[in-house]
Amino acid sequence: MGSLTIDNVKKSFGKVDVLKGIDLEVKDGEFVVFVGPSGCGKSTLLRIVAGLEDTTSGRVMIDGADVTVTPPANRGIAMVFQTYALYPHLTVRANMSLGLKQIGTPAQEIEKRVAAASAMLSLEPYLERRPAELSGGQRQRVAIGRAVVREPKLFLFDEPLSNLDAALRVNTRLEIAQLHRRLKATMIYVTHDQVEAMTLADKIVVLNAGRIEQVGAPMDLYNKPANEFVAGFIGSPKMNFIDAAKLGEAQAKTVGVRPEHLTVDTASGAWKGTVVHAEHLGADTNLYVDTEMAGLLTVRIFGVYDAEPGSTLYVTPDPARTYRFDADGRRLA
Amino acid sequence: MSRATSSLPRTIGAHAALIAYTAIALFPVVVIVINSFKSRNAIFRTPLSPPTPETFDLIGYTTVLNQGDFFLYFQNSLIVTVASLFFVLLFGAMAAFALSEYRFRGNTMMGLYLALGIMIPIRLGTVAILQLMVASGLVNTLTALVLVYTAQGLPLAVFILSEFMKQVSGDLKNAGRIDGLSEYRIFFRLVLPLVRPAMATVAVFTMIPIWNDLWFPLILAPSEATKTITLGAQLFIGQYVTNWNAVLAALSLAILPVLVLYLIFSRQLIRGITSGAVK
Repeated sequence: MGSLTIDNVKKSFGKVDVLKGIDLEVKDGEFVVFVGPSGCGKSTLLRIVAGLEDTTSGRVMIDGADVTVTPPANRGIAMVFQTYALYPHLTVRANMSLGLKQIGTPAQEIEKRVAAASAMLSLEPYLERRPAELSGGQRQRVAIGRAVVREPKLFLFDEPLSNLDAALRVNTRLEIAQLHRRLKATMIYVTHDQVEAMTLADKIVVLNAGRIEQVGAPMDLYNKPANEFVAGFIGSPKMNFIDAAKLGEAQAKTVGVRPEHLTVDTASGAWKGTVVHAEHLGADTNLYVDTEMAGLLTVRIFGVYDAEPGSTLYVTPDPARTYRFDADGRRLA
Repeated sequence: MSRATSSLPRTIGAHAALIAYTAIALFPVVVIVINSFKSRNAIFRTPLSPPTPETFDLIGYTTVLNQGDFFLYFQNSLIVTVASLFFVLLFGAMAAFALSEYRFRGNTMMGLYLALGIMIPIRLGTVAILQLMVASGLVNTLTALVLVYTAQGLPLAVFILSEFMKQVSGDLKNAGRIDGLSEYRIFFRLVLPLVRPAMATVAVFTMIPIWNDLWFPLILAPSEATKTITLGAQLFIGQYVTNWNAVLAALSLAILPVLVLYLIFSRQLIRGITSGAVK
């Protein structure tokens, strides 16, 4: 069990409005990712759900019960922090069991849950160690374990992978995905990394400047972005935006094409241009082409493609996957 | 230091400067200690030479231990210092935690107000303090001294500790809140252990002026029963005749406890001083 309703939540720090009215529905068992650039309010929103920040106005409900003014410990949540936030003076076992001890869980039950969680996260050899004796990846697993033993209604993750190196990040991401599948618990995950958002989420919430830009499944956001911001934020490399006036399109302000929806040809095509730079990644090649009509474009070609900087190429967009946005940034159907 | 960044002349130069500084700093202490073991004539004739079998004399120490109640003075000093230290650290850390952790109206103003005491010497208020103590019947009690020293030590303690507490990870405190720890447990169990070096720094800076103070014991608690060691040592300084043996012996003895406390804190202290610099 664990549904979450956020009802017109606003938050201001002094004169600065960080959240400008957030409405959101999270169903039981969903994996929801809040994503957005730094300062968009995603962490503040998570902290409001956790009860670590007060709302300026609006309500937060967990399982239908209003928890807007309930202290964090009584909300039935568990949180995993970016900096792990393990208690430095306690062993791994004590770190995991502290929250249960606080609410008076019988020792046997604590023992059982810690054993189950440490087996799940392969932490058994480290149970008697202190956090200082663990590596970054192990520490984050302990932090996840500490959340798991509480059997919360809601798991909250605040950029849990940001402090890990690239290889560990992929592994831990996989572990979190498996954890979600096994526990079938509701999870809310905050990140600024759209790759984490795309790979983990059932539902992505894109935030920008204190507002929700779009809510949807990863592929919905990729295929049908509601506006220019979402189109630019989801997808890597970033979508190319071209001034519509240059292309002679009257009804739109901006035209957007993803790098992977552009094709190149040496002989003919829509836009003639010069190769500025080529990035060879093995599996694919990113070309930066300065076109006469559309300006500098990023083109992603699958596989290896040899293009000398300075050579001439013709770039052609896929008309079915070209997006048009109006002056307010909204996508035109 | 790595070999690439050190050179012999520079190492010698640095050590020469440090040794010279150590010698200057230790000189008065050494003079006091060696002369405390000499006879009166030897103190005046050869003040800089260490005691020889002919000049060695424990008269100073026997005078100190027989005359006046020196153990009581010691005890008074120790009680006042330790009690003041305890209250300064406790209240200072609590105020610092509140200032660094909670957002409330007037937070900055409150911080400035609490730090104001660093700039205004508490001795300016001596007359008012004396009147206050007379009115509340605390003259000639150790409580009076503890109260005054706690007030004297708090501004610096709040100032230093709030800076350090700001560095304690907010996530850690929040993890404690989610696990259902009370604010007091978060403060005592999570935050205090992490700012231990800063606490040691504050402890040393607070302790030494209190131990060495002559002013407030002389004014607020000059009675025989409440004399501190610094005040007690004045017993041997007369208008016409000063018992130098006894004065030097009393001072040598007075160095000991503060030295012990310093050694206890010093390991932490060094970490406290350098922790902001290297990170």
